[in-house]
Amino acid sequence: MIEVRFKGVLGGFTLDAAFEVPSRGVTGLFGPSGSGKTSVLRAIAGLQRLEGYCAVAGDVWQDGRSFRPTHKRPVGYVFQEASLFPHLSVKGNLLYGFTRSAVGFDETVELLGLSRLLERAPANLSGGERQRVAIGRALLSDPKLLLMDEPLSALDRQTKDEILPFLERLHASLALPVLYVSHDIAEVERLADHLVLMQAGRVIASGPLGQLQSDPTLPLALSRDAAVSLGAVVEAYDPAYGLASLRVDGGLFLAPSPPVAIGSARRLRIFAGDVSLVRERPSQTTIVNILAVRILSATESGQHEITAVLGLGDGSGARLLTRVTRRSWDLLELAEGIELYAQVKGAALVPG
Amino acid sequence: MLGLPPDIWTSIRLTIELATLTTIILLIVGTLIAWWLARSKAWWKEGVASVVALPLVLPPTVLGFYLLVTLGPNGPGSWIAGLWGARTLAFTFEGLVFGSVVYSMPFMVQPIRNAFQAMGDRPLEVAATLRASPMKAFWTVAVPLARPGFLTGAVLGFAHTVGEFGIVLMIGGNIPGQTKVLSVAIYDYVETSQWREASILAAGMVVFAFIVILSMTLIEKRFARAGR
Repeated sequence: MIEVRFKGVLGGFTLDAAFEVPSRGVTGLFGPSGSGKTSVLRAIAGLQRLEGYCAVAGDVWQDGRSFRPTHKRPVGYVFQEASLFPHLSVKGNLLYGFTRSAVGFDETVELLGLSRLLERAPANLSGGERQRVAIGRALLSDPKLLLMDEPLSALDRQTKDEILPFLERLHASLALPVLYVSHDIAEVERLADHLVLMQAGRVIASGPLGQLQSDPTLPLALSRDAAVSLGAVVEAYDPAYGLASLRVDGGLFLAPSPPVAIGSARRLRIFAGDVSLVRERPSQTTIVNILAVRILSATESGQHEITAVLGLGDGSGARLLTRVTRRSWDLLELAEGIELYAQVKGAALVPG
Repeated sequence: MLGLPPDIWTSIRLTIELATLTTIILLIVGTLIAWWLARSKAWWKEGVASVVALPLVLPPTVLGFYLLVTLGPNGPGSWIAGLWGARTLAFTFEGLVFGSVVYSMPFMVQPIRNAFQAMGDRPLEVAATLRASPMKAFWTVAVPLARPGFLTGAVLGFAHTVGEFGIVLMIGGNIPGQTKVLSVAIYDYVETSQWREASILAAGMVVFAFIVILSMTLIEKRFARAGR
């Protein structure tokens, strides 16, 4: 467990944040700019002194009586700007905090694609390369917890897309827990397993990603670009049509994809706006994914709009979100508990 | 050599010894002060900074007067001098070194402090998250990043020590081989109408000053090009 409780006044706003998340996988710390995410991360690293408590896997880093200075906390920290040491080469940067660690030097260099850059000076790297070096440098210090503070937000779209696969590979190949701060929900949905939602210095919710995405009492489910991320296993691949069959809890999706290995775990992202409801299973349609669902809850998400949470199968399966107009809702005489079919227009496989 | 009287060579050697020793002491003391000034959050630190900077505006004679009182037989300098059996630090080489350190302090502290401040907190934060102790972070990150500041400070500190006059006159007197440094020697030659020697020394100092300023400019240019 990663247990965090911090309190303090920071330049005019009050931070009072507490959460407990598993010390496994990626936890997204998500919220609008200025909600205190970065302060929490800095306090966990000991870079900022806030009153409170912080323990990682039973190891107390800070409580009312003791405060362990940053250099004695086994963290890796990736800042928004790569912040490489300009007087050291890429290799010098990577080796700065190197200790014989769980991850080897060569493996890390390989994982992040840095082998060609080792002798270069940081000034001669692109923004994406720099951030990859910064990530490698943090990993090589053998952290027990990796803290990432919006590591992609200073990069352009294209560079982001270049780095995200590295992060996903990291996630897949390392057991290291990660706290990932972002204000970009798309990044969080791609990477995180767990989510901590922050607003105005407080934690408004914390839990598994899918659960928070489909919780109609949270702003996430009601936002314009609401979506759910579903963990899926590749069951089959049809090269003729370029479609992968993906098994999720309570249903099977077909999604366009480059060839993927059978049995590999992937992630599907389905936007609420791409899901529509039909009472009868249509016989002739161009829509590929039509799944049996049960309406679990319905919430007004706009003046004339309703956001409904759907459970796959008899309702016990994975959750989907859909947004329908009030008119359609009334015409189809929809209500909580009804079983019907969801047509999913774009079941997008998260690239990786 | 060059037809100059041997006491000029004594003065040159003495000046270089004084400036070198002063620069070395300043690199240690000045760096500590600069580090503290750059990093401390104490509200009174600018007061300390102002005291350090006083020699920039005070007439050297004022500074020299107080140094004389401090180093003289009735000041704290006398019991320091007592450690090696002397009666006073005034009119000695050691006293001159002490005075030069005080006088040249701002020229060392300012550039180093600026360099420490310019690099910001981030590099040290990064070092700390990579398990570097504050000591290791200082030596492996702060010092290399502040290198231009150290170079500028060392050159300026050295040059100002070579050029100081008023204080030397006040606390050093004019003892050949002990306290008769170049700037005083020139004054001495003029007083005794030895114009040839005076003009050779003066021209030498002009060349020295030119080289100092030129090398400073080149150093700064080089670091600017190496760029962050």
